[in-house]
Amino acid sequence: MLWNLPFITVVVLTFIGIVTVLMKRNLIKILLGINILESAVNLFLVSLGYREGGVAPIFTLAPSELMVLPTPQALTLTSIVIGVATSALVLSFAMVLKKKYGTVDINEIRRLKE
Amino acid sequence: MTFADFIVTNAPALVVAIPLFAAFTIPAIGKISAAARNLWVMGAMLLTAAVAFILAFRVFSTGTVIYVFGAAATHLAVPLDSGGIPIRIIFTVDAMSAFMDIICAIVGTAVLLYSLSSESKNTSLEGYYALFLLMIAGVFGMVSTGDFFNFFVFLEILSLASAGLIAYRIDGGLAVEAALKYFILSTLGAIFVLFAIGIYYGQYDALNIAMIAQRMQFTMLDKIALVLLVAALAMKCGAVPLHFWTPDAYSMAPSSVTAFLVVASQASLYGLFRVVFTMYNITMNCVTVGWIIIMFGVLSMVVGVTMAIPQKDIKRLMAYHAVSQTGYMLLGVGVGLAVLGNAALTSAFGFTAMEGGIFHIFNHAMYKGLLFLTAGAIIYRIGTRDLNKMGGLGHSMKYTMIFFIIGALAIAGIPPFNGFASKLMIYESVYLFNPLLAIIAMVVSILTLASFVKVFHSVFMGPKLPEYADVKEAPLPMLIGMGILAAIVILFGLFPQPVVDMLVAPAAHALADQGGYIASVLGGA
Repeated sequence: MLWNLPFITVVVLTFIGIVTVLMKRNLIKILLGINILESAVNLFLVSLGYREGGVAPIFTLAPSELMVLPTPQALTLTSIVIGVATSALVLSFAMVLKKKYGTVDINEIRRLKE
Repeated sequence: MTFADFIVTNAPALVVAIPLFAAFTIPAIGKISAAARNLWVMGAMLLTAAVAFILAFRVFSTGTVIYVFGAAATHLAVPLDSGGIPIRIIFTVDAMSAFMDIICAIVGTAVLLYSLSSESKNTSLEGYYALFLLMIAGVFGMVSTGDFFNFFVFLEILSLASAGLIAYRIDGGLAVEAALKYFILSTLGAIFVLFAIGIYYGQYDALNIAMIAQRMQFTMLDKIALVLLVAALAMKCGAVPLHFWTPDAYSMAPSSVTAFLVVASQASLYGLFRVVFTMYNITMNCVTVGWIIIMFGVLSMVVGVTMAIPQKDIKRLMAYHAVSQTGYMLLGVGVGLAVLGNAALTSAFGFTAMEGGIFHIFNHAMYKGLLFLTAGAIIYRIGTRDLNKMGGLGHSMKYTMIFFIIGALAIAGIPPFNGFASKLMIYESVYLFNPLLAIIAMVVSILTLASFVKVFHSVFMGPKLPEYADVKEAPLPMLIGMGILAAIVILFGLFPQPVVDMLVAPAAHALADQGGYIASVLGGA
């Protein structure tokens, strides 16, 4: 059970993220929901890469030849960087919309005709 | 090693590296002068297109090309001391990837040429061209990569650059609103894709598409990953019921960007086909998944065209038609997938359906790009996008009118234009699979024609309106950009058979041949 704790956290975080994105109307809160979802994915990747008693893959310091493959950590780093770019772009959109429409409520950001 | 050898050997990396390099150096080049910047952009694009054609020629003449980043030799996919796992990032360019490369190279060149004059009145063009080249790098990366995490990275590069470009002309906030809609959905889709990647990595210890395909067990987790991927990629290619971002984003983006967004959507379509054909293939229940894709296709065709008919904004109307045409590709390839497990049916009509769907990807990129560019030329000259305010432009914009007629007849599937060639293949093969689907496809084509007749009539026909008395023909670079696409539309419509034999059939076979894809990376192991 304890082993699965990170994965249970991932499920909970995903749920919270999706509910936030779907239910909230404030653009900033939607962005926070997306960030929570991103954290859930990152936690998922890192948990997959965790090995009990594993040796960090630093060749000069490793006590043995058997080391942990650092791919999941590399994926997580990349994903975090992409997440930062995403947040920056959405926040800049929110700034422009606040300036032009005077609101960040997505129910009022509806000037495009159906 | 000579320079030519260097280009040929490193072509898969160069198609991504050249636009990336050019994109990040543009702000510096732009400081010199506008002419230098334009020259730099066009030079980079032409070079990329040339390398893409060299790469495609090599793939079509000698088979799948592997490019391993950081390895001693670029074809050494599996290092000897790695225990049989391809640990490096590998680009796997098979015939299907090369096919998409050609589309991206042609449309990219035409559209950038067009941008040189359509955007010339605007400010801060360094950012515009930088983002545009990032989009091109994103598409080339997505279609070339053989590594699934890499696919996600290029997907995100493409979404970020596209969203930036859709919002580029803020337009009182409207463009930002459209970009926001597109970007939030893209980000959610990308998160789904990353979850699926995590699931594969957890089960199979691999990120390489060929490796995952080889080890595919189709467990419960794989089903979840398949659902996540199909949902995310179908949304990104604008299939109904996940199409609602398409009309907004396509209509609010600058016209040249819209023409390339069509290609960007098709890169996601390529991703969808790569997942279902190369990664899962016959380990899953092809009939069910095939029917799901067919239903996506039929819904897109019908809903897209019925939504298009009442539109009054010329680009919004065309955007709904783009949704509708995506349905044809999904229908054709979906039928091919549904009969994949059955060799007799596959050889009877399955391959023809796939070829039709894949050929339609190419044709759609050409004629839809052409139509969006003509719409852009009209908006550039008269400053409105409302169909009710247009009229009589046939007197002053003759060449634009001719290009529009070519594009409109091609999208409606009228011979001798290229839309007819691919639609005929889809009709014939789908009729053998299920006559009802073929009839729906034909009705949708007729409705498409009706809709474009209306557009043609309200834009170009009628007496010359006084407010447009001094409207001139579109500038020469815009006409050349449209002319390239129009020439291809006619050429491929007149001689479809050599194109099908040389490009489309190898692409369809490469897509269906899972074993060949795996063997090309893992060496038949």
